[in-house]
Amino acid sequence: MTIKKLKTVNWGEEPKLGWIEAMYLPAIASGLATALRHVFAGRTTTRQYPEVEPEIPPNYRGVHRLNRDEVGRVKCVACYMCQTACPANCIEIIAAPAPKDDPHWKDRDKYPETFTIDELRCIYCGMCEEACPVDAIELTSIYDLTGYTRKELVFDKEKLLSIYDATANTGKDPIRTNRGTLGPASVEADTASQCPPAPGRGSHG
Amino acid sequence: MFDTLKQIWPSLWPTLAAIGVILTFVPLLGLYMTFIERKLAACVQDRVGPNRVGPFGLLQAVADGIKIFLKEQIIPDHVHRFVYFIAPATSLMAAMFALVVMPFGPVSPEYSEGFRFIVTPGIDIGLMMMIAISSLSAYGIILGGWASNNKYSLYGAIRSCAQFISYEIPLGLSIIGVVAAAGSLNIEQIVAAQGGAFWNWNIFWQPLALLVFFTSALAETNRLPFDLSECEQELVGGFHTEYGGIKFVLFFLAEYTHVVTVSFLTALLYFGGWHFPGLTGPVDGSTGGMLLRAIVLVMKVSLIVAFIMLLRWSLPRFRFDQLMSLAWKGLIPLGLLNLLCVAVVLTLDIPKHFLALTALFVVAGAMISARHLQSTINRPRSEGRLATGINLTESAL
Repeated sequence: MTIKKLKTVNWGEEPKLGWIEAMYLPAIASGLATALRHVFAGRTTTRQYPEVEPEIPPNYRGVHRLNRDEVGRVKCVACYMCQTACPANCIEIIAAPAPKDDPHWKDRDKYPETFTIDELRCIYCGMCEEACPVDAIELTSIYDLTGYTRKELVFDKEKLLSIYDATANTGKDPIRTNRGTLGPASVEADTASQCPPAPGRGSHG
Repeated sequence: MFDTLKQIWPSLWPTLAAIGVILTFVPLLGLYMTFIERKLAACVQDRVGPNRVGPFGLLQAVADGIKIFLKEQIIPDHVHRFVYFIAPATSLMAAMFALVVMPFGPVSPEYSEGFRFIVTPGIDIGLMMMIAISSLSAYGIILGGWASNNKYSLYGAIRSCAQFISYEIPLGLSIIGVVAAAGSLNIEQIVAAQGGAFWNWNIFWQPLALLVFFTSALAETNRLPFDLSECEQELVGGFHTEYGGIKFVLFFLAEYTHVVTVSFLTALLYFGGWHFPGLTGPVDGSTGGMLLRAIVLVMKVSLIVAFIMLLRWSLPRFRFDQLMSLAWKGLIPLGLLNLLCVAVVLTLDIPKHFLALTALFVVAGAMISARHLQSTINRPRSEGRLATGINLTESAL
């Protein structure tokens, strides 16, 4: 048996330079025609940014907010899950026991006394949102965060709640995580009945 | 003293007025051409272009001007200060000085009283002076490159020097054909010779000369397919790397003035100047006729300027050897051929429109170069050709 020479490498031949193409002048004419066509077609793709805002997809990961529950309390139960999950170490929570005497807080054990996020350190990976068992921390579609100092971009609990107040009803940022059936903070939520705990999740609840 | 002034005043004020017109309009035009160029570039690239300052962004040019005047004047330590300062001035001065013999409106070849659309009417060597002066602008670039004491600036300057020398030749050759046909170097008379029906315009019987002239004139302006002296990818900024603020603007203004000069020359020498079908007679003194002719000329010039700007966004830059071979192997033979044909036609009294057939030489020349190009490029891979040009089969042996 003779050894058959296998063709293992396929050379891609360059396209041949045609007669007309090699003469340059027709190529110059067609280049000018292309340029002129674009001049007169008048289809600009520029977005007039400050006047016309871009459409942000609903899963965009922008500035954080802290959600409120039905009675207006901060939903967060100070479980430290987001702080643990955060790869950039930008979340800092100080927990405090919920005031038991207050009927307003009687169903809660803990609440965050302070909750600060350094927005400049954050890498907007969304892992805090994934980790949160009670849907308290969420990322919004706010993309144009600016400030004059580094200090003013370290957001505290009040600031994060105010972002919730500002964005919750605009329609752009609906509350998007709905698996918060774990903690007491969301027991009374309507979503609990609509969305049963996923298998393998919340069995210890 | 005062009496002499009074005596020459009738011939003095038209000259001063024309100088005034040039001195006001050239910088203004340069400023607004940057705006128009940006808008046109945006259109070609499906963008919007400057639209924030003023209505439709019309004040952008003014804003740019103010900004550039207020910039800090930075003089690098390593420059040759005197040459560094006179280089941009030389550049702009040469560019503006060439406009002295340029009719920017209808001018009668006969000397007349009153305002004329030219600073120095009736200069019999007008065209020659213009070519001579405008090639002085190479000085500005070379001085700038040398004074900068910077390798890349010097490279840019040397490139542009070689480019200027090479392209002066076809430029001159193509103009001689027109000059021989009109029998004068006086621009007004060259335009007057193109009067009558529009097929008397030089483009319709010397298309080859137009092609050679326009290509080499474009090379003289140092604009995009020919801007090797400042190509950003290789030379940072070329000869104006070390220049900033108002000194940079002077270089820039000189370039735009050159574009205007070239456009005017093309319109005057090849497109019949201020003649237009229905507006063919000799220049009369009536205000309406003058105005109409001026508008015709300006329209032609602006179309050519727009064409030059459009070329910038359609053609890639030449490689330097391509640039040189275009001038020496392409344009100079074609220019000589055109000159020969014009001479034959004029000597033997052949109807001059036969000369339009010289355009066929372009086709023939393009075919020859195409044959050459095809033979070098269209070799199959199986012959062992690599992109680097190494022949595999040979090196293996």
